[in-house]
Amino acid sequence: MGDVKRITTPLTDEVIESLKVGDRVLLSGYVYTARDAAHKRMLEEYEKTGKLPFDIKGQVIYYVGPTPPKPGQVIGSAGPTTAYRMDKYTPKLHQLGLKATIGKGWRGKEVKEALKKYKAVYFAAYGGTAALLSKHIKSAEIVAYEDLGTEAIRRLYFEDFPVIVANDIYGGDIFEEGQKKYREIEIEP
Amino acid sequence: MRQIPVELITEKVKNMVMDAEYNLPEDFLNALKSSVEKEVSPIGKEILNTILENAEVASKEKMAYCQDTGYPVFFVEVGQDVQITGGSIREAINEGVRQATKEGYLRASLAYDPIFERKNTGDNTPALIYFDIVPGDKIKIKFAAKGGGSENQSKQVMLRPADGLEGVKKFVLKTIANAGPNACPPFTVGVGIGGTFDYSTVLAKKALFRPIGDRHPDPKIAKLEEELLELANKLGVGPLGFGGRITAVDVKIEVAPVHIASLPVAVNIQCHANRHSEIEI
Repeated sequence: MGDVKRITTPLTDEVIESLKVGDRVLLSGYVYTARDAAHKRMLEEYEKTGKLPFDIKGQVIYYVGPTPPKPGQVIGSAGPTTAYRMDKYTPKLHQLGLKATIGKGWRGKEVKEALKKYKAVYFAAYGGTAALLSKHIKSAEIVAYEDLGTEAIRRLYFEDFPVIVANDIYGGDIFEEGQKKYREIEIEP
Repeated sequence: MRQIPVELITEKVKNMVMDAEYNLPEDFLNALKSSVEKEVSPIGKEILNTILENAEVASKEKMAYCQDTGYPVFFVEVGQDVQITGGSIREAINEGVRQATKEGYLRASLAYDPIFERKNTGDNTPALIYFDIVPGDKIKIKFAAKGGGSENQSKQVMLRPADGLEGVKKFVLKTIANAGPNACPPFTVGVGIGGTFDYSTVLAKKALFRPIGDRHPDPKIAKLEEELLELANKLGVGPLGFGGRITAVDVKIEVAPVHIASLPVAVNIQCHANRHSEIEI
C-alpha cells in the first residue's frame, strides 16, 4: 500500500497524475453526493438545457444515500454505495470536468477508459462502515432535487475522509490486483 | 384461542427493526472477530477491524450500521390457536416498520414502482412478509434488513439434473466470485436447492437466518456447506473485495423436493451488514 496523502478538493490534473492505485488518501473540502436517481435526472437535464445543477469542474461525487441525521448530527450513517450502477453516466461527467468519484466495488471498462482520457480517478471507501465514515463529514446541505429524499444532491464538507485509489489514469485496478495475490482456485467466467 | 392485539405486534416489530439496524447479531460479530486472526492479507485484516469498529460505534450511538437500512423482510409463523385482534397483522407489521423508520432515523429505501417513476415510498413500507401457519398459540417473527448491494449480486439458475453436484458447486462459487467487492464481503451465503423456480430463492433467503456455524441436519448437506465455505475462501476476494482469505464467514444450504426435470439453485448473498432479529410473542 502507498503512503497516506492528504488532499483537498477541488482537484487539479496535477493531483490526479500523482495518484496511483493503492494510495491511501485523506480527502478534505467540499464534495457532492449523487446516486442512481440524481444521475439519471442530472444527465436528462443536461441533454435538454446544457447545464448541470452544480459546477462540476474539478469536483468529486460521492455515491451515497445517507440516513437522516438525528438531532445534533450533521448527517446520519453515510457509507458508499456500489459504483457500477452509475457507470452509464460517469464518462460524460468526467468529460464535463468531474475529477473523481467515491464508491465501492468494480468500475466497468467505459469508466476506466474515461479516467485515462479525461484525467480522473475512482476512489473506494470502505463499504458498510457508514457510522464511522459519517464522522468525517462536517456539514451537509441539499443543493438540488430535494424531492428525491436520500437521493437528493447534497454538498458535504469532508475532513480527512479516508479513501483508497481504486482506479487511476494508468489503468490499475485495486480489486483485480489485490484478489490475484490470494486466489487459490480459478473460476471460469 | 389466545388473543394477541395488533398494537403489541406493532410495538415488538418496531423494536426488533431498530435493534437489528444498530446491533449486529452476536454470532456474526464473533465470527468476524475470529476472522481477523485467520485473515492473511494486511488490508483484509485492517478492513475487518474497521468493520468491527463500525459495529461498536453503531451500537453505542444507536446509529444505523449501514446507510442502506435495507428492504424489510419478514418470515412470520402464526400459531393456529392465535386470534389476532384489532386489525390486520400485515398492517401491524408495516406500522412497526413505519415507526422504526421514523423514530430510528432509518433511510427510506423503497420505491413504489420499479420502472417508471421510482418514487420513494418514504417509510420503508410495504415490507416483504412471508406468512406460515403452524401449530401452537404463539407468533414467531424473523426480520432481516436486506441491503440492495448484496441483493443485486444474488442469482438463480435452473440447472439440468445432469449438472448435478458439480454444477451446483460451480454456480455457487461463480456467484460469490462475481459478487466480489460490489456486495461488501465477508459474506454469509444462503443457498436454496430444489423446489420450484421461485421457491429456491425463498429457501436461499431463509437459509441466511440460521446461526453462524450451525450445520444442516442432513450430514451430506452439512458437508457440502463446509466444502463450499472452504472453496469460497480460496477465491481470493477477501474483505470488501480488496483481496484476502475471508470472503465468506458461512455458507448455509436449504433443500426441498424437486420436479424430476429440474435442479433449481438460488444463491442469496448477504453482506457484512448482516442485520437480523427474531422475536416470539
